[in-house]
Amino acid sequence: MSDYILEMNHIVKEFSGVRALNDVNLKVKRGEIHALCGENGAGKSTLMNVLSGVYPHGTYSGDIVYDGEIVQNRNIKDSEKKGIVIIHQELALSPYLSIAENVFMGNEQLQAKGIIDWTKTKNRAQEMLEKVGLYNENLDDPINSLGVGKQQLIEIAKALAKKVNLLILDEPTAALNDEESAQLLEIMLKLKKQGITSIIISHKLNEISYVADAITVIRDGQTIETLTKGKDDFSEDRIIKGMVGRELTNRYPERTDCKIGDTVMEVKNWNVYHPEDPKRQVLKDVNIKVRAGEVVGLAGLMGAGRTEFAMSIFGQEYGQNISGEILMHGKPVKIKSVKDAIDNKIAYTSEDRKNYGLVLFNDIKWNMSLAALRKFFSKNGIVNANDEILAAEKYKKRINIKSNSINQEVGSLSGGNQQKVILAKWMLTEPDVLILDEPTRGIDVGAKYEIYCAINDLAKSGKAIIVISSEMPEIIGTCDRTYVLNEGEIAGELPKEDLSQEKIMKCIMQHNNRKGE
Amino acid sequence: MEKKKTENLNLKQYGMIFAMLLIYIIFYILTGRTNATPMNMNNLIMQNSYVVILATGMLLCVLTGNVDLGVGSYVALCGAVAGKLIVEMNLGIIPAFIVTIIVGIIFGAFNGFFIAYLHIPPFVVTLGGMLIGRGLTYTLLESKTVGPLPDAFVKIGAGFFVSKKVAFGDGTIDLITIFVAIVVSILIVLAEVKNMKTRQKYQFATIPTWQTAIKLVATLGIIWFLFYKIARYNGIPIILIIMTVIVGIYHFITSKTVAGRQVYALGGNEKAARLSGINTKKVYFWVYTNMGFLAAIAGIVLSARNASATPKAGDGFELDAIAACYIGGAAASGGVGTIMGAVIGAFVMGILNNGMFLVGLSTDFQKVVKGLVLLGAVTLDILSSKKKN
Repeated sequence: MSDYILEMNHIVKEFSGVRALNDVNLKVKRGEIHALCGENGAGKSTLMNVLSGVYPHGTYSGDIVYDGEIVQNRNIKDSEKKGIVIIHQELALSPYLSIAENVFMGNEQLQAKGIIDWTKTKNRAQEMLEKVGLYNENLDDPINSLGVGKQQLIEIAKALAKKVNLLILDEPTAALNDEESAQLLEIMLKLKKQGITSIIISHKLNEISYVADAITVIRDGQTIETLTKGKDDFSEDRIIKGMVGRELTNRYPERTDCKIGDTVMEVKNWNVYHPEDPKRQVLKDVNIKVRAGEVVGLAGLMGAGRTEFAMSIFGQEYGQNISGEILMHGKPVKIKSVKDAIDNKIAYTSEDRKNYGLVLFNDIKWNMSLAALRKFFSKNGIVNANDEILAAEKYKKRINIKSNSINQEVGSLSGGNQQKVILAKWMLTEPDVLILDEPTRGIDVGAKYEIYCAINDLAKSGKAIIVISSEMPEIIGTCDRTYVLNEGEIAGELPKEDLSQEKIMKCIMQHNNRKGE
Repeated sequence: MEKKKTENLNLKQYGMIFAMLLIYIIFYILTGRTNATPMNMNNLIMQNSYVVILATGMLLCVLTGNVDLGVGSYVALCGAVAGKLIVEMNLGIIPAFIVTIIVGIIFGAFNGFFIAYLHIPPFVVTLGGMLIGRGLTYTLLESKTVGPLPDAFVKIGAGFFVSKKVAFGDGTIDLITIFVAIVVSILIVLAEVKNMKTRQKYQFATIPTWQTAIKLVATLGIIWFLFYKIARYNGIPIILIIMTVIVGIYHFITSKTVAGRQVYALGGNEKAARLSGINTKKVYFWVYTNMGFLAAIAGIVLSARNASATPKAGDGFELDAIAACYIGGAAASGGVGTIMGAVIGAFVMGILNNGMFLVGLSTDFQKVVKGLVLLGAVTLDILSSKKKN
């Protein structure tokens, strides 16, 4: 048997012509903890999905050698049979079932075909829970009575119950606090001693340097390098260099003669608590301001609270016990609903355009006019269909939406064109401030460029713009000034001259360290 | 640049009309023309008017992705209230109507409150409403039929508009009906011309003239057939006027107003609707309150036609109204459907019922056919839209 439990060679995976993985190689030694690093969208999760059979054999090219054999997983069940278990970022637990039931979900302990053996279930669940350091839980409690940290441990217990040889953890600590994260990392080290190999995907580089034996860095769907403990430098700076070392040539249009004017919107001492957990503070004393003609970035890792911040401003669509002040043009305003926000000339485009932005089976013009309908396309509550058509035609041309006509269903458009429809929808409300949440997520380079051009035009016409993005190059390429948000707090503010991916990452790490002390 | 843009009529929109005509023609043959007699045409309108009225309200519920299971009970309760007030308390007809409508609105608002502000699933709330309404009706009427209702009341459900009959063929023909038919025809043609002019003025894509012509001829053909038949009978039923006004108003609301657009948006994607500034709670509340209002109207009309209020009135109407919406192309998941579709759906079922009755099919088996038609229509709709994608 070879030294490697897993070798993935020359993996190529395409999504409708776009290469998400381009010749990726990953070698994992038996019994080690192997970390996978890369920016959002670099291809880490795609790679793990190839491995676990979410994308079945035949939909990608390249070889997977596991335990000395070439494997061709057709589905998750196949890979689980071989002892490969993946724990996704979103927990796969059934909230109202008990702890014991969840541990054996899909892997029920049977006494006869189809009949559950409850004694065995409970005994073995207890055993699994102890392996992950949970000693005093009532096995009959529903899973949603536990905190997220413990739920994450239950997920691991669930994996252990399946005779696991290779455990894959996708961002296991993203939703956890420091204490819970530390506990989880200790469990990983303990499992390593028992001979279980793990792959961990994480943005928290300090955790990775602590726990990993080897680090493979992926960027833009390609393997950049593999660092080994004891041989290579394992510092955060070194990892970041591998993750972001990308050249930027003209991916972002230049913004010329754009005058930055007075402050349009200012948010002061913004505090927000989690909508379901009133004790959990999601945002702490956030202060930001945007000026006319200015594009302000909101950078941060997943779970930093950027979207939550935007949605809580936008008519309190997120959170509870919200406190703080919003000033528009220097005057405090009360915004209690989305309608208030629109009336105060704030616009917000969601990161999730399909679920929060569009009615997919309706046409372009219908979607475009929706937010501005009451204000600009109706009189006494009656829709002016002619104005609606004219506006839709105008904006289709202005931001170059590629479609047969304005009567085409938005669900049949490409992601880039859908995003343009949403942009037009909010431009039609004539806002002063536009908050664009991941405006280019999942769209191709050409369409991205056009969105950036539209952002520039908006800034030029005196709008204040906030861009939320997980892609740091995008923040650097488009923003005049950037706030770095980390764990619900502003970790720093960086002017354009001082903006680089290293600076942003450092800002986050330093904030984490400050908090850790 | 100045290329003339044209677009074709969306044929799918008219699919259900073809189906309705087809079913009518099949029964025309099967019944040896009896389903086309003036009296039968009149019956078709009168028998289906309550379902049409209820289907307009139900469509709004269906557009939000839900249904109202209680409408049959509200119809009975409102009929009972009206009957009780008029027959036993000797209240005037107008005050009695006002009280009845208020009762309907209160019942609808009661449902709407639970659905919109307490987030109780509409299915549960209206199932409760169904039981409460029926129970209240039996209690109020002491399980007895109240009647007979005065003639002035009965006229609403069974009476006719003023007529001027002259001898014609082997019977009479009502000139007022013919006059109304002419006015309606002129209005339809004028509306079409205006529509074409707007399209030209704004340089919107125009529909080829021959397609518009076919559409016009078909519409006018159906209207003249109907009006000719009722002119040969007793003239325009009052109930047809009520029905037309209600359908017209709700067609306008759903297709031309902001409020209507908000209902579609809510049903199409509630989260996106919220983030577009739509107060989704308010929309839910008014949709269900409105259902109570229309159920009150249907209750009045039904008791008028029966000349009495009975505790069993309106039994199963909710299912007919829901089926009408689905047959008319509304999506069970919400956001798709039209008032006109629901009206046609109601008539598809009405023509089926009527035809099967004339053919002499047992009422037991009629239900089987209705069920199959509902299933078939919706299956066809879903399969054809799947194919398109």
